[in-house]
Amino acid sequence: MSRNVRPNAREDAAAGSGGAGAAEPGDGMLELDGVTRSFGPETAVENFSLSVSEGELLTLLGPSGCGKTTTLRLIAGLDEPTGGSVSVAGEVVAADGAFVAPEDRDVGLVFQDFALFPHLTVAENVAFALEDWPAEQRTARVDELLELVEMTDHRGKSPSQLSGGQQQRVALARSLAPEPDIILLDEPFSNLDVRLRVEMREEVRDILKRTGVTAVSVTHDQEEALSISDRVAIMNNGRLEQVGQPEVVFENPRSRFVASFLGRASFLTGRVRGGTVETELGTLPTDRFNGPVEAYDGAEIDVLARPDDLQATPTTDASADGQVVHRQYNGPNFVYRVELQGGDVVRCLHNHVETFEHCQPVSVDIVADHPLAWYPAE
Amino acid sequence: MPDDTSGVTDGGRTTVQPGSLRSRLGDLLPGALTAVSAVVALALLVPLVWVVVQATQLDAARALDFFLRPDTLGIAVNSVILVAAVTLGSVLVGVPLAFLTVQTDLPFRRFWTVVAALPLVVPSYIGAFAFASLVGPRSSFYGLLGTAVVLTLFSYPYVFLTTRASLRSFDGTVVEAARTLGEDRLTAFRRVTLPQVWPGVAAGSLLVALYTLSDFGTPMILQYDVFTRAIYLEFKVNNLGFAALLSLVLLGFTLVILAGESRLGTSAEGAHVSSGSRRAGRLELGVWKWPALGFCGLVAVLGLVVPLGTLVSWLFRAEPGYAAGGYAFRPEYVWNSLSVAGAAAAVAVLVGIPVAYLAARGDGLLASLPERATYIGYATPGVVMGLSLIFFGLNVAGALYGTVGILVFAYVARFVPQAVGIIQSSILQVDPEHDEAARSMGDGPLQSFRRTMLPQVTPGVLAGGALVFLTTMKELPATLMLRPFGFETFVTYIWKVQEAGYYGQAAVPALVLVLVSALSMAVILSRERYDVT
Repeated sequence: MSRNVRPNAREDAAAGSGGAGAAEPGDGMLELDGVTRSFGPETAVENFSLSVSEGELLTLLGPSGCGKTTTLRLIAGLDEPTGGSVSVAGEVVAADGAFVAPEDRDVGLVFQDFALFPHLTVAENVAFALEDWPAEQRTARVDELLELVEMTDHRGKSPSQLSGGQQQRVALARSLAPEPDIILLDEPFSNLDVRLRVEMREEVRDILKRTGVTAVSVTHDQEEALSISDRVAIMNNGRLEQVGQPEVVFENPRSRFVASFLGRASFLTGRVRGGTVETELGTLPTDRFNGPVEAYDGAEIDVLARPDDLQATPTTDASADGQVVHRQYNGPNFVYRVELQGGDVVRCLHNHVETFEHCQPVSVDIVADHPLAWYPAE
Repeated sequence: MPDDTSGVTDGGRTTVQPGSLRSRLGDLLPGALTAVSAVVALALLVPLVWVVVQATQLDAARALDFFLRPDTLGIAVNSVILVAAVTLGSVLVGVPLAFLTVQTDLPFRRFWTVVAALPLVVPSYIGAFAFASLVGPRSSFYGLLGTAVVLTLFSYPYVFLTTRASLRSFDGTVVEAARTLGEDRLTAFRRVTLPQVWPGVAAGSLLVALYTLSDFGTPMILQYDVFTRAIYLEFKVNNLGFAALLSLVLLGFTLVILAGESRLGTSAEGAHVSSGSRRAGRLELGVWKWPALGFCGLVAVLGLVVPLGTLVSWLFRAEPGYAAGGYAFRPEYVWNSLSVAGAAAAVAVLVGIPVAYLAARGDGLLASLPERATYIGYATPGVVMGLSLIFFGLNVAGALYGTVGILVFAYVARFVPQAVGIIQSSILQVDPEHDEAARSMGDGPLQSFRRTMLPQVTPGVLAGGALVFLTTMKELPATLMLRPFGFETFVTYIWKVQEAGYYGQAAVPALVLVLVSALSMAVILSRERYDVT
């Protein structure tokens, strides 16, 4: 991937709440500095640095096996890094030789399968970490949390009597009960069915924001990551690819990997010539592009084109840019796959009433109203 | 060791899956299946009634005399002490072994897992026999000490296996959850692991208690006065009234343990909430590795090396008492054992199929009642079963008395639930839609059963039959009491030479029985969830 990274991407400046990588120790609630975790010859997490500020909700996003869950376990103290350091609230909890046990960190974890204690009731689960609290305060805290997650009516039930969404609320309340500095969420919505998933996303974000806790979530679902997070950190092969606000990362993917992972990406071949970039779909001025594309004068580049950046119009064979080779109907819209005469294949997003037939010759226009991302040609 | 396979089969049964066929079963097989099952269940129960009848025939003064004599109280106290000692001993041996083999980095865990389960294949009376021959006559090992030690050594694997099963199904992420909630390893173990593993320990303990209460051979050989021994001795001196009263009291004790088991059954169900199967990291033993290995080794030596080594050593000793003399082993004993066991297995399977089918596919209490009823014979100690059938023969079926037929009946009554359990779970694994598909293509109920169900459950039926066969091979008390005059099997032969002290002649048949026992364990473990690898 690294050879596809575009130099001087714009988003580094744009990402207000902390740039990619280079975390300065001590300025965030959570600091990861060069964290590495190897299992024998396999490296699950490699030289990973990240800073999460207080009250922020950050999501680690990546395909399965990218090391994101391992990272979470390293933060929780359920696993020990083989290199680098982890600090929570300014205190080093894992570094060369030093290791703070999970029970001695103020870090809560919501497990993927919730891991509720089956032998305890809902209220007893929430009270689990409050054993040393005076009875009155404990009851008050449990009541408060059950109210927060709207589970007051279910306090006496056993976990097996709860639905998936209810189990998740209890798991969240249980982790929040001891007022942790940081709360970690491991694939929090993957055990819920699709409809509930969308509902719980808003719900969980709302609860986290109300408590003001610092949260790190892990997911492989880009829509989930983009919709709930203050910032998204995209991981691949144990490394951090890019970190930033969801809209910034989405519009300015720093690498082809990030571009592809965040949405259906097509690439359009272009050539930089003077103040313009020539593509099969027309010649665009360089100021429509992100970053110093002029510096690549004479070179070939790949322009990122998402379905909503392109529009197809039916035309005659003679004036066509290409033809429709596939049609995907999604209900509210169509996504057409168009094979251009030069061989590139792009996708175009259209309203559900714009029906084109297979093999329909079309001309394609770039209708994006945002600067385009691009990568040096492979 | 007739009971040594008990609740393991029972514990593995799965609950009835809903199938649309169930609701229609009543219409489709009118009465026939239910009638057959009811007859089977009743037939298996009738003999027990005669224990009650025989007991009530005793006149009131004698009955009162029985309850007041110190012997009776002593027997009851002895039985309770023995059950308590063996259960406690089994927990103390079985739970640490389960914990070591599942949750720690004990070296050679797989090896120790198999070794720890293996003493189950030594019929306890063979073990008692071996230990008795080692310590010699008039040792202080006789009585409570020896009986408790021997029974613990050969029944702790129940606790080991059930605890192991619950440790394995235990979702390790809850321990991690506890740790992220501020508990250290030890507290997490106490607050999270223990409460969830406890039902498994309790289930195994109840099996041990049930087995200890019903075991006959060990207290006989090691001369400790408990119910089974007292019943047999009263029977031997033809004091049938007292034997019947003792049997009733023993059945009462058995019921108490069964009640505990059924309560446990409901509370343990549905305890699993999470589907996660990831286990938390194994506990590192560090220097504790050595004492742990020593403990495993000691149990293996006492439970396997000593008894089996003793049997093998008999093969090579020629002193009087070991060498040939007294009773010669005759090939017909092998044939006798095989034929009664074969007959018992065949009848148990024939009788078991309708009962199992009804329980698996039928609806409601009436459908499961016959299946439940078969467990009564299962829980009945062999001595009591033997006695009840003697009463039955004396009072009702004189022609049956002293025949192979009544012996086979006793085996079926005792062991049919083993067949029912396995057949039932294989029926439950068959998709009810297969039957519906066959019916929609024109097959009648029986035809559909033969063409869709039977081929799929055949392995289960064979396994059920094999289990009954193997368990029958080593049954001791009912065989001793009910066999026709002069009818010798492997087991009665071993018993005879044991009583006479001709150890050497018992070596080969005893080793064969251990092998038979091992095969029956293999059948169970291959079909149940107690994964020992």
